[in-house]
Amino acid sequence: MNTEALITMVLTQGIVICFTAYFFYKVLTIKPKSEPDSFSENDDEDLDQRQ
Amino acid sequence: MSVKSESWGSRVGLILAMAGNAVGLGNFLRFPVQAVQNGGGAFIIPYLVCFLLMGIPLLYIEWASGRFGGKFGNHSTPYILDSMVKGRILKYIGVFGIFTNVAVAAYYCYIESWTMSYVYHSLAGTFEGMSQSGVAGFFDSYVDIAQSTTGIPFEAVIFYILCLLLNTYILSKGLGGIEKVAKIGMPLLILFGMILAIRGLTLGTSGASDLFPDANAWDGLNFLWTPQYSSLLDLKVWMAAAGQIFFTLSVGMGTIHCYAAYMKPKDDIALNAVSAGFMNEFVEVVLGSLIVIPIAAGYLGLDWVIENAGFGMAFQTMPYLFQQWGPLLAALAGLFWFGLLFFAGITSSLAMGTPWMGFMRDEFNWGRNKGAWSFGLLILVMGLPTVLFFKQGVFDEYDYWAGTVSLVVFAMLETILFSWIFGMKKGWAEITSGADIKVPSIYKFIIKFVTPIMLIIIFLGSLFKPLNNDWSGNISSLFSGNGWKLDNGSIIKTITHAGIREKIALATDPAVISQLEENIFYINIARFLLIGLFIFISSLVYIAFQKRRREGRATL
Repeated sequence: MNTEALITMVLTQGIVICFTAYFFYKVLTIKPKSEPDSFSENDDEDLDQRQ
Repeated sequence: MSVKSESWGSRVGLILAMAGNAVGLGNFLRFPVQAVQNGGGAFIIPYLVCFLLMGIPLLYIEWASGRFGGKFGNHSTPYILDSMVKGRILKYIGVFGIFTNVAVAAYYCYIESWTMSYVYHSLAGTFEGMSQSGVAGFFDSYVDIAQSTTGIPFEAVIFYILCLLLNTYILSKGLGGIEKVAKIGMPLLILFGMILAIRGLTLGTSGASDLFPDANAWDGLNFLWTPQYSSLLDLKVWMAAAGQIFFTLSVGMGTIHCYAAYMKPKDDIALNAVSAGFMNEFVEVVLGSLIVIPIAAGYLGLDWVIENAGFGMAFQTMPYLFQQWGPLLAALAGLFWFGLLFFAGITSSLAMGTPWMGFMRDEFNWGRNKGAWSFGLLILVMGLPTVLFFKQGVFDEYDYWAGTVSLVVFAMLETILFSWIFGMKKGWAEITSGADIKVPSIYKFIIKFVTPIMLIIIFLGSLFKPLNNDWSGNISSLFSGNGWKLDNGSIIKTITHAGIREKIALATDPAVISQLEENIFYINIARFLLIGLFIFISSLVYIAFQKRRREGRATL
């Protein structure tokens, strides 16, 4: 593989991987909003908190 | 009013479902081919520019419109648009958001059924010992329903119906079913893709054979990634990049609106939209570029790839290439390749079912089961002609009008509506409401001016596509007074069957002429079915409007 192609590939894929990982990391780590939110799986947690 | 309000299980589930909706077969097949045909590594520059200027804005528009409509209990585009701007006609523009999904799902499920069938054939060792032309011929026999590759009569029809039943069953489980498939399918798709991408990256010259002594996977990667900066000045490359971004994100369909309509008003859409969008880009740019082109170049050489790169490679070439790895690895590679295509397909086709189900529930109180099975029946009626008359061009006709033109028209109209009629003030407030990230304010300008202009250019580009897709040459020709020559693939020429009529004029064999004339007949039937479907959905929207009026819920 020539150097120019290698740099283009690594740079492009690196940028895409970094942004994908960054945004998904934010999704996973940002504190959920208070109920009622859009998601049903954490509804029990909310009930537990109220009790 | 809804029979029972549905909701997403978790935020990750929603993002995976949205990403699954966007990730399709095109990520692995269309993107690398477009890159090869449009300047290799330099294609990525217009591609990423279009992603920032058109892709992300469209994602914001659709997520925001969907969540806004959801506040009023609307989960499909006819009444989502109606809730945004009062006007009798707007709900009929929203018909595109159901029509496109039904029409695309009709033929898309057929491609999905090929992947199911090819997983079976890969594991059963059907391709063992087959030559390259044998594998290509196998596909031709498969789609010719009169022939059977397994001994099962009407195999293609049976796999199609099985695929449709599977989709319908999952849809009948509601958003929970879709979310479960996305949570299993997306990680598996990425895992399978990574395994094959590592193989593509490490193949090097080991695939060279006596038949193709110059074959080298590095040549494929070099060609794909070496920038040809001169191509940046070619308008064709920019049009191709804009088209690729448009189709890869599944915008202009109505599915994103529908998924987002199940969100609560205060929940984030800004971060969710870019997260799902970048996940699609990861699958496309990282995985999609490292599988088909390097593996094909590694065994067949770069010249073959340049000449033959296209959608058909997935089914007509890849099984042959996998055979070069020995029986066990060939079976596994077939499982991974067609498995990832299957997951890419099913996460998209499930999304296509939700606008219809949402509409029928909102307007006619249909439950999940009734909604899902009626969707399955509608797809069967619309889809069987694509299976039975595949070779007569019905499949391609659906793909052209529903899978290409309809998307562009709807995206253009909804963007103008959002930016100019709903208004950027309300639109921006909707995009940033509950946002977990700061959306750069430059996007206010981009959404209002740049994105609509880009979409209008794409639409006009499809309407008046220049001869041989030579944009620069035709623009020079126009300004030098020599006129604008239309390509047979332009919307205007396609309507009149110009391409087929040209072939008929050139043909001398009566059998070929009769075959081409027969194709025109079947293509006209396909158009009749598509128009009929559009009228049918418009009628349902009208009936729903009358019902809303009687119930005092109509907006105008």
